[in-house]
Order: sequence, then C-alpha cells, then structure tokens
Amino acid sequence: MKIVVLLLLIAIGSVLFHLASPWYWTPIASNWEYIDHTITITFWITGVVFTLIVLFVAYCVYRYRYKPGQQAHYEPENRKLEGWLTLVTAIGVIAMLAPGLIVWHQFITVPKDASAFEVVGQQWQWSYRYPGKDGKLGAADNKHITDDNPLGLIAEDPNGKDDVIIQGDDLKLPLGRPVKVLMRSIDVLHDFYVPEFRSKMDMIPGMVTYFWFTPTRTGTFDVLCAELCGQGHAYMRSKVVVVPAEEFHAWLDRQPTFAQLRQNEAAKIRQAAK
Amino acid sequence: MVDVPRGPMPPQIIPDTVPPDYLPPPAEVKDVELYHAHSWITKYVFCQDAKIIALQYAGTALAIGFVALVLSWLMRLQLGFPGVFAFIDVNAYYQFITMHGMVMVIYLITAIFLGGFGNYLIPLMLGARDMAFPYLNMLSYWVYFLAVLVLVSSFFAPGGPTGAGWTLYPPQAILSGTPGGQEWGILLMLISLILFVAGFTMGGLNYVVTVLQGRTRGMTLMRMPLTVWGIFTATVMALLAFPALFVACVMMLFDRLLGTSFFMPGLVEMGQHLKYGGGSPILFQHLFWFFGHPEVYIVALPAFGIVSDLISTHARKNIFGYRMMVWAIIAIGALSFVVWAHHMYVSGMNPAFGFFFAVTTLIIAIPTAIKVYNWVLTLWRGNIHLTIPMLFALGFIVTFVNGGLTGLFLGNVVVDVPLSDTMFVVAHFHMVMGVAPILVIFGAIYHWYPKITGRMMNEAMGQTHFWVTFVGAYLIFFPMHYLGLLGVPRRYYEMGETAFVPPSAHTLNEFITIVALIVGAAQILFVFNLIWSLRNGREAGSNPWHATTLEWQTPETPPGHGNWGKELPVVYRWAYDYSVPGAAEDFIPQNQPPQRAATQASLQPAPGE
Repeated sequence: MKIVVLLLLIAIGSVLFHLASPWYWTPIASNWEYIDHTITITFWITGVVFTLIVLFVAYCVYRYRYKPGQQAHYEPENRKLEGWLTLVTAIGVIAMLAPGLIVWHQFITVPKDASAFEVVGQQWQWSYRYPGKDGKLGAADNKHITDDNPLGLIAEDPNGKDDVIIQGDDLKLPLGRPVKVLMRSIDVLHDFYVPEFRSKMDMIPGMVTYFWFTPTRTGTFDVLCAELCGQGHAYMRSKVVVVPAEEFHAWLDRQPTFAQLRQNEAAKIRQAAK
Repeated sequence: MVDVPRGPMPPQIIPDTVPPDYLPPPAEVKDVELYHAHSWITKYVFCQDAKIIALQYAGTALAIGFVALVLSWLMRLQLGFPGVFAFIDVNAYYQFITMHGMVMVIYLITAIFLGGFGNYLIPLMLGARDMAFPYLNMLSYWVYFLAVLVLVSSFFAPGGPTGAGWTLYPPQAILSGTPGGQEWGILLMLISLILFVAGFTMGGLNYVVTVLQGRTRGMTLMRMPLTVWGIFTATVMALLAFPALFVACVMMLFDRLLGTSFFMPGLVEMGQHLKYGGGSPILFQHLFWFFGHPEVYIVALPAFGIVSDLISTHARKNIFGYRMMVWAIIAIGALSFVVWAHHMYVSGMNPAFGFFFAVTTLIIAIPTAIKVYNWVLTLWRGNIHLTIPMLFALGFIVTFVNGGLTGLFLGNVVVDVPLSDTMFVVAHFHMVMGVAPILVIFGAIYHWYPKITGRMMNEAMGQTHFWVTFVGAYLIFFPMHYLGLLGVPRRYYEMGETAFVPPSAHTLNEFITIVALIVGAAQILFVFNLIWSLRNGREAGSNPWHATTLEWQTPETPPGHGNWGKELPVVYRWAYDYSVPGAAEDFIPQNQPPQRAATQASLQPAPGE
C-alpha cells in the first residue's frame, strides 16, 4: 500500500512543485514570447497526461491489488478502446506540434528590415563586428587571420573597410529593432546563448550560421557559450547591453573602423621600426 | 495431393477440442549436438554456453557501471559544492562527465540488455538449446571485454581519458583545448568504440538468426514473449545503427592520426593555423546521431519488452493488446531512424530540416503512448502482486512517462531552442533512458535471479533498494528540469556569477548532490544482496512466479547446458495465458497442450458457481 501513497504523492507533488517552484524561466527580453507560450501549452498538455496516468496507476494498484480468491479479468485486446486512445493521443500531439511549427517558421524567417551583426567565437572569448556606414559586413575567412586581423577579414573587400570590430568588450544592441545574428567560429564549435533572448545557435568553423530576434527591453544580459568547447567552456562569457536606438548609433559612430585600426597598427609598427 | 503438415503448426489450426492422442508434427531438422566443454577454462572462461556468456556480459557491464556511478558522484560533488574538492579540476570534471555518459549508454545499458538479457533469455524463451553460433557468441563477449579494457586503460594513459563530452563532437574532441584531445584519451576512446561495435555485431547477428531460425515447434513469431520482441527489434536496429558510429570513429581516428580532414574545416587554434581544411563538423553530428537516436530505442525497446512481461506476470493478467504492442515496437524501431536530427535543431544545419524532424519526432510519440496505455490497462482489473519486480515496473512507468513527456518539449523544434544544451536536457534523458531502463534492469534481475541461481533474492534488502533508488532518482531528476528552465547550461564546470540564476538554485544543486550520494550507496546494498542470496536466498523451485513462458518450464533450475532434456519443448499457446477463465490455475504454461487445459477446465466448476 505504501506504493499507492507514493504514486499519489508523485502525481500531486509534481504539480505542486511546478506551481510553487521559485525556479522558472528568467523574464524574457526578446520578441520570442511565442516560444514561452508554446512551452506553456506543452506544460499543460503533458502535465494533465502525466497526472492522469500516475493517478490511474495508483487507482489500479489500490483497487486490483492481490487478494486471495480474486481472479484477473481475461481480455486479450479491446480494439475500440485502443483506437480511441490512439486518436486522442494524435490530437494532443497535433495541438502541441502545430503552434510549434508555426513559430519555427517565424523563427527561421528573418524580416527584411533586420540589421545584421556578427558574433565570432574562439577558445574562450567572444568578438563582435558591426557593418559600418554602408550597412554591409565585409567577407571574412579563417585563412586570413593574423595578429592584426584577428577575425580574418578579407582586406580586398571594400565592404569590410568601415566595419567596426569589438574585442574584449560588451556587445551593444539597439532596442526594438530586429537584428540578424551572423555567427562564425575560429576554432571549435561554440553556441551564442543569451537566456533572456530565448534563442541560440551553434557556431561552426567554416560556416556562417544565423538567427534573428528583436530586443524588447533595455538592460545588461549574460552571454554564455552553450556548446562544449574545451576546458574554458564555462568561462566563455560576455555581456550584451540593450540601449535605445539613438544611444546605440551614437556609440557605434564613435568606434574606429577596421581600416582605421589597421592604419594605427601599421603606424605603430613603423614607429617601432624607427 | 496429400496435405502433409510441415514445420511448426500454425496456432489457429489447433482447435480447442484436440483429440487426446494429438501429437504435434515432427521437427523439420534434427536436434544438433552442442559443443560440450571439457575443462574449467572452456566451461567458465572461453565458454560457448549462452547462459554463461550472459553472466559474463552482465558481470562486466555492472562492474564498469559502478565506475560510471562513482564518476557521477564526483561530478555531482563538483556541481553541488564547487571548489571544495581540489582534485576535481576543470579537466577532471570534463573527463568524468564524458566517461560517465559513454559507459552508461554503451558499455553498461546496451551491453547488459542485449549481451546479458539477450543471451540468457532468447534461447530459453524460444525453446532453443543455445544461440545459433555459440563460438561467435563467445568471441563477441571477449571482444566486448577487450573494448572495456581499452576504455579503462585510458584512465591510466598520459593525459587521462578524453573530456570531449560523450558526443565527441569534432573539432574540439581532437584538439589540445580538450583533455585527451592531443594525447591518448580520444584515441583509446575511438579504438574502444570500434572494438565494441565489432564485438556487438558478432553477438547481434547471433540473436537475430536465433530468433528467426531457432524457435522451437509451435513458437510462432506472434507467440513470442514481448521480451524477445523488444530485444530482437533492438538488435536489428543496432546492427543498422552501429555502423554509422563505426565509420564516424574510423574517420575521426584518421583525422587525428593521419591528418585527413573529414570533420575538420580550416581553423586557427590559439593563434596557430592548423593544416586541416575543407571538412565538415556537422557531418560527424549526422553520423553520430544516426547512430545515437536509434541507440535511445536500442536501450528502450528491450526495457519495453521486459517490463511488459514483468507487469503481465505479476499482475496475473495477459498483456493488454499484444498485437498492438508488437506493432508498436516495430513502428518505433522503424521511425527512430528518421528522427536523428532532432538532436541538432540548433547545430547550424539547414533550419528547414526542423519541420521534417519535428513532425517525425512527435509522430513517434503515438506508438510510444500506446505502449504506456497498454501497460496501464494490463494493471487494470488485474490481480496485482506487489513483488519487487512489480514495484520496479511501476517505477519504470512513472519515470518513463515523465521522461517521455519532456521529450515532447525537446522534440518540438522551437521549444527546443531555449531548452537545448541546458540542464533540462540532462534531466530529460536521464529520466527516460537512464532511470527508466535501469529500473527495468533491476526488476528483471529480481525476476530472473531465481531461474539463474535457483534461489530468491532477499526481500527486505530488495524493498530498501527499490524505495531508495526510485524515490531518490525522482528527487534528483524531476527538479533538475527547472534548473534548465532557468537557463542553466549543461556541461558547466561551475556556474559562476550570472544575473539570471538565483542563489536558491545553488541550494537545489546541493540537495541533488546529497540525494545522488544516497542513491548511489543504495546500489552497494543491491550488489550485497546479489552475492548474499546466492547462498542464503530461499530455494526458488523451478517456477516461483507461476509464469507461463518457457524459461520457467526447464527440467532443471538453473537450466543445464542445452537447456532442455532429451526433447525440446513444444509450444501450444501465446505467452500470456494468465487467469484464463475456467483454467485450473491462474496461468497456463506455453508448452501445456490444449487437451490438458481443456480437461482440467471441464473438471473445475466455473468461478462463481
């Protein structure tokens, strides 16, 4: 009989834990509240199914526990019941899948007015790159990486000359504007992950991956790596600061461009040679 | 033309009113003489008897499983009490999680279900004298043993074992930023996996051929116990899935040793341009998960099969919807080959794949749900004996339903995006393919121990073992989902300072660690019970649970070499004739001829009269 009590405790306790738990998702800071809604729907459907099944098992164990002289019912199958259960399950699955697929379609369809910026991962730090005045990111390749060109920009590409590179500093993003995150890796797999944005994607050397979102509140959020990348994985951190659009553009205008940085570097080298 | 019956008589043709002098048709082929061991070495070491090989497999798997258990303790110590244990540095932590994962999935659970239960139960349940190829069967175990030795040796190799995570994703798996990447660790891991696959293939072919060719007269496929269906389907899947892992390992070995670039694009490691170029890390992920997803069901299907038999036997009721159960096993096996990329929704593969794989993944929920309903409906209107195997089966239902339902979060592509690579995933897969199948393994050991040894396991120790293991495992993994919901990533040596993780989450981590230590310790009691009951257990007799299946009808307990006496058993009925109305007892063994049952039934007054 202890097992019946335990099964009841599990069914009721799990629901109470869910309702009372202080551990729930962190407040969202992007447009993906649809994802949160889909998770909520899924919690409802699966929670009801879990509770019903465990309660039913508890009932069966209580009601049909062994008693001398009792005989089990003999019924090899029941086509009708099995058919109904299959149908109800299929409906539940569709109720979860359909909203999921609709939101996924939104997730992978980048709005035309989204402005792109680049995130580059390497063991174990983050770098960022914004397109300059021309709005275009210059081409880049790991082959071109040198000490004074850490992200491997292709020097011949005119689009890259006015790009702004941020290393060892926070990522800044404008509030309320859709952004497309383009991601590259210099060495191994990484994953650009900001829990408040509800979105993430792996970064792969030799490929450019992407996702998009719209920041919906100002603030400073943690950037973490979500794909095991070696010893420093847990320490590969950065911050993203969401600021009003005007403030963002004013800040971006103050940053030196890739071409300016290279000139400075070249000047330094000439100075050192003298 | 005279219609001479050949081979096993189909079940429908045997009417209930068979004349008393009915004899089944003769066997198509003569009984073959087995190789008989002459020395201690050929009897207990290089043994060709499937039952001994089963024990060798199970013993080795449990032994290496205990290593994995200790590793899980160590990693939990770090997560619960970061910085307290100086010897658990970053490298050691990643080595512990990698080896824990790989050992549990492959070297323990896969090996014990297929090599252990498969070897012991397939011949006995089907009325065969042994596996189809006993010599190959022996070789299979010894290659597996070698694979385990190579794996263990990496603990003592320079640089220690690999710390690449059990998924071994390149490029990091073979680079210097990962423990063992540029030393011995990854090499030994890849070689061990290659050996494992080779060894498994020998055993796997054996199980498949024995199921298809070795069944005794009357044992049609649709009369096989679900245990055999589960193990058989899982073995077919493993034979199709493991080659993907095999080639992935060989290719990575080439990348690491010969400088090929199958999985290696052009990259710059710590400022150094490496010579690699042109390869694809995502290709490895596809190969790995083409193996890795079926692997989930390779572990799950034997558990499904075994738990069906445990529930049916101990509830004294036929399994509900047997044919549906068989078709569900086959459907799950087939579908599991078209869902692999649901592990890769955020891998950077073409995102349009997400639609396809989310649909296939959620479709697979339907046959899986049917199985759950049928287990529960088997309990309904049963006569439930709360034996230890039954308790473990109930624990399986709870944890499997829980883990299966959280799979609906992760399978539904867009919901996976925030949850992927968090502790939610860790909680999910431990519940569904760790705790649930392991509860079945325990239930199965308590269930078949009397047949293997002739003695019952100690009840009091078994009860304690069940309660601590089941309640503890639920307390560990249920709250862990909520850490993932918070956003805590998996594979983090320490969380450090973040804005989104409240300090109370750390208290939860401490709690989980303490429970994990207790649950682990309870397993020592289990091992003690295994050994203690060998001598001190109650005498079991040949059929202590009053079960119908053939392994309980052997002339000797434990069964001797060759399993059966002079004559192989003949099967007259399905495996689930429990509580048949009008029968003398609440079970009718599969090898009991119909006329006896009919005669006895006619002598007994119907219930209620």
